[in-house]
Amino acid sequence: MLEIKNLHAEIENEGREILRGLDLVVKSGEVHAIMGPNGAGKSTLSHVLAGKPGYRVTDGAAMLDGVDILDMDPSLRAANGVFLAFQYPVEIPGVANMTFLKAALNAQRKARGQDEISTPDFMRLVRTEAGKLKITQDMLKRPVNVGFSGGEKKRNEILQMAILQPKLCILDETDSGLDIDALKVVSDGVNALRAPNRSFIVITHYQRLLDHIRPDVVHVLSKGRIVKTGGPELALELEAKGYADYASEEAA
Amino acid sequence: MAAVKETVDQVRAIDVDQYKYGFETDIESERARKGLGEDVIRFISAKKNEPEWMLEWRLDAYKRWLTMEEPTWARVHYPQIDFQDIYYYAAPKSTPGPKSLDEVDPELLKTYEKLGIPLREQAVLAGVEGAKVAVDAVFDSVSVVTTFREELSKHGIIFCSISEAMREHPDLVKKYLGSVVPVTDNYYATLNSAVFSDGSFVYIPEGVRCPMELSTYFRINEKKTGQFERTLIIAEKGSYVSYLEGCTAPQRDENQLHAAVVELVAMEDAEIKYSTVQNWYPGDKDGKGGIYNFVTKRGDCRGDRSKISWTQVETGSAITWKYPSCILRGDDSKGEFYSIAVSNGRQQVDSGTKMIHLGKRTSSRIISKGISAGHSQNTYRGQVKVNRKADGARSFTNCDSLLIGHDCGAHTVPYLESGNPRAKVEHEATTSKISDDQLFYCISRGLDPEEAVALIVNGFVRDVLQQLPMEFAVEAQKLIGVSLEGSVG
Repeated sequence: MLEIKNLHAEIENEGREILRGLDLVVKSGEVHAIMGPNGAGKSTLSHVLAGKPGYRVTDGAAMLDGVDILDMDPSLRAANGVFLAFQYPVEIPGVANMTFLKAALNAQRKARGQDEISTPDFMRLVRTEAGKLKITQDMLKRPVNVGFSGGEKKRNEILQMAILQPKLCILDETDSGLDIDALKVVSDGVNALRAPNRSFIVITHYQRLLDHIRPDVVHVLSKGRIVKTGGPELALELEAKGYADYASEEAA
Repeated sequence: MAAVKETVDQVRAIDVDQYKYGFETDIESERARKGLGEDVIRFISAKKNEPEWMLEWRLDAYKRWLTMEEPTWARVHYPQIDFQDIYYYAAPKSTPGPKSLDEVDPELLKTYEKLGIPLREQAVLAGVEGAKVAVDAVFDSVSVVTTFREELSKHGIIFCSISEAMREHPDLVKKYLGSVVPVTDNYYATLNSAVFSDGSFVYIPEGVRCPMELSTYFRINEKKTGQFERTLIIAEKGSYVSYLEGCTAPQRDENQLHAAVVELVAMEDAEIKYSTVQNWYPGDKDGKGGIYNFVTKRGDCRGDRSKISWTQVETGSAITWKYPSCILRGDDSKGEFYSIAVSNGRQQVDSGTKMIHLGKRTSSRIISKGISAGHSQNTYRGQVKVNRKADGARSFTNCDSLLIGHDCGAHTVPYLESGNPRAKVEHEATTSKISDDQLFYCISRGLDPEEAVALIVNGFVRDVLQQLPMEFAVEAQKLIGVSLEGSVG
C-alpha cells in the first residue's frame, strides 16, 4: 500500500514548487487514475516517486508498505518494488533488450539478498511474458528501444514490468503516441498484471485509456494537489467538461 | 548479465585509484648501468650472446637516434624525458635462459599467477577446456618462459623469445627484422632498435593454421626501467595466426617508459589477427606516476589477398602514443583496426591507425571507440592514404567518442589522402555523452550508477569487443568497467 502525505517538491535549480501538499492513498490491488491539466504536476509526481534527479522534496513522505521510499536511492526503490513506465522510454544503443532485462532483474534480486536467476529460468520467464505482449524474439535481441516504434517502446515497458514484478506501478502517460491497436495490447498487458498485492497509479490526460484499464479510483490533480476524488464516472465527467473548473477552483 | 555483475563486484572491491596490478615483485635483478651509451648497447648485446651483425644494427640505430628529435605533434603533454635517467636493461638475476618452468624463479611464477596468466600448461588445460593459449612471458627486459613449444613445433611453428630467435633462426630474423618498421622510422622506434632487450618471435610456415592462440604478457617491475620489447610475426603463404598481448606494471610515483616495436608480415593469403589488452599503470587520480607508452606497431600485407587485423583495448598508461598500422601492398589485401580506448583520471591518449593502400582493390576498415571520463583527453588520429596505383581501393572509418562527465575531452583527427580517382574513402564520426536520461532509466530499473555506466559503455563498444577472442572479450569487458570506476557521481 502506498501512502503519500503532504508531499511538497520543487524543481531543484529553479526552486519552483510543483507539488504543494499532495495526499494520496493507494491500497494494494487498486488502480488509481490521476488526471489533470497540463502543468498540474502529474509527471513530477511520477518522477519524484521514482527518484529522478532534478527535484527536491521539501516536505512530506511517501510510505510504501510502511517504509518511506523518498529516502532511498532510486535503484533501491526499484528493488523495493517501485516501477515507473516512462512516457518516453530511453534508447540504449548496443545493449540487447534481453541483456538489459536480465541485468535489471538480477540487480534487484541482489539488492533484496536473493540469488541470481538461472539462465534457463530467465529465458522461460521472458518467453512467456513476451508472448503475451506480442513481443518478438527479434525485439528481445535488438538494443533497448533502439528503432522501436512508439507502440513497441510502450509494450517493452510493460514487459519490464511483467519481468520485474513490482509492488507499485506508475504509468506515466502510457497512452501517448499509441494507436488503438497498440493501446489495446498495452492495456491487456497491464490488466493481466493486476493482482491483490500490486497497486497502480495511471497518469493520463484522456478517458480513452481508462476504457481499457478500469480504475477503482480517479483523482484530479491541479496545481500540485489532489483536488477531487471519485469513481470511474469522474473520468467521464472530465472528458465531457474539461479541466476548466478545477483550474479556476484552485485559483480562487 | 554475469559479466556486468562481475565488473561491478570488481569495482566495489577496489578503492578509487587503486590499480589491481600495482604490486611489485621482490626479485634480485641484473641491470645495465643507468643511462644510454654505446657501452650500454654493447652490454645488452653481449648479455644476449648476439651475433656481431645484430650489435652493428643496434649501434647504427643508436647513432641515428642521436640525430633525431622527439616528436611533438601528438596531443599529449608531459615533462621532458631524461633518457640518461633510465635503466635500459634489467633482467631477473636467476634466469639466464630457463629450459623449463621448473627452472624459473618461483617468485616470478607467483607474479604471473597474480596476473592471472595461465603460464603452466596444466593449468590452462584444466582451466579452459579446449581453449589452449601458448604464452611467452616478458619480465622487465627478458623473456622468462614460453609455453606449449613442443606442440607448436609439431606444426613447424616457431614461438620463442626474439633473442633466442636471433641465435637459433638468424636467417629469418635478419631477413624480416626492421623490414616493416625501418630502423630510422621514428624517434621511439629507433631508440627501440638500439636498446630492445627481448620480445616475442613467431613464424608460421606455409599453409599452417596455428592451432591455438599465441599470447605474450609484458610486465615492467624494476624501478626506473624502460621496457623496450620487439615483436616480430611472420605468416607465410596461406597461414593463419591469432596473437594476443597483455601488459601490466606496478604502481609507482615516477613515470616509466615503454617503447615497443611490433612488426607483422603477412604473405599471400595469410592472415594475422593481433589483439592487445593494454593495462599499464595509468597513474593516480592526480596524474602522478604511470607509464609513458610510445609504441610503433605496423603490419605489412606483403602478399596478395593477405589480411592483418589489429584489435586493441587500451585502458592503461598515463600517456598513450600508438598507431597500429597496415601497409596494404598485396593486391586485394585487407587491413582492419578495431579499437577501444578508455581514459579516466588524468590520462592522455593519442591513438589511431594508418592504412596505406598500395595494391589494387585493397580495403581497410577502421572502427574506433573512444571513451573519456574524469579529466582525461582522448584523441583519435587516423590516416588513410590511397596510392595512385591502388585502383578500386576502399576504406571505411567509423569513429565514435563517448564522454562521461564534464571535464574530459574527445578529439578526432582524420587525415584522408586519395591519389586515385577510383578509390572510395568514407569517414564517419560521432561524439555523444552518456545522458542523464539513459542513466536514470537504468537506475530506475534497479542498477546502481556504476552498473549502469558499465552497461551503457559495454553497449557502446560492443562492435569492437566482438572482434576479440572470447575469453579475452570477457576480460576486456571487466577491465573497462574497472577503468571507469569513480567516473559517475
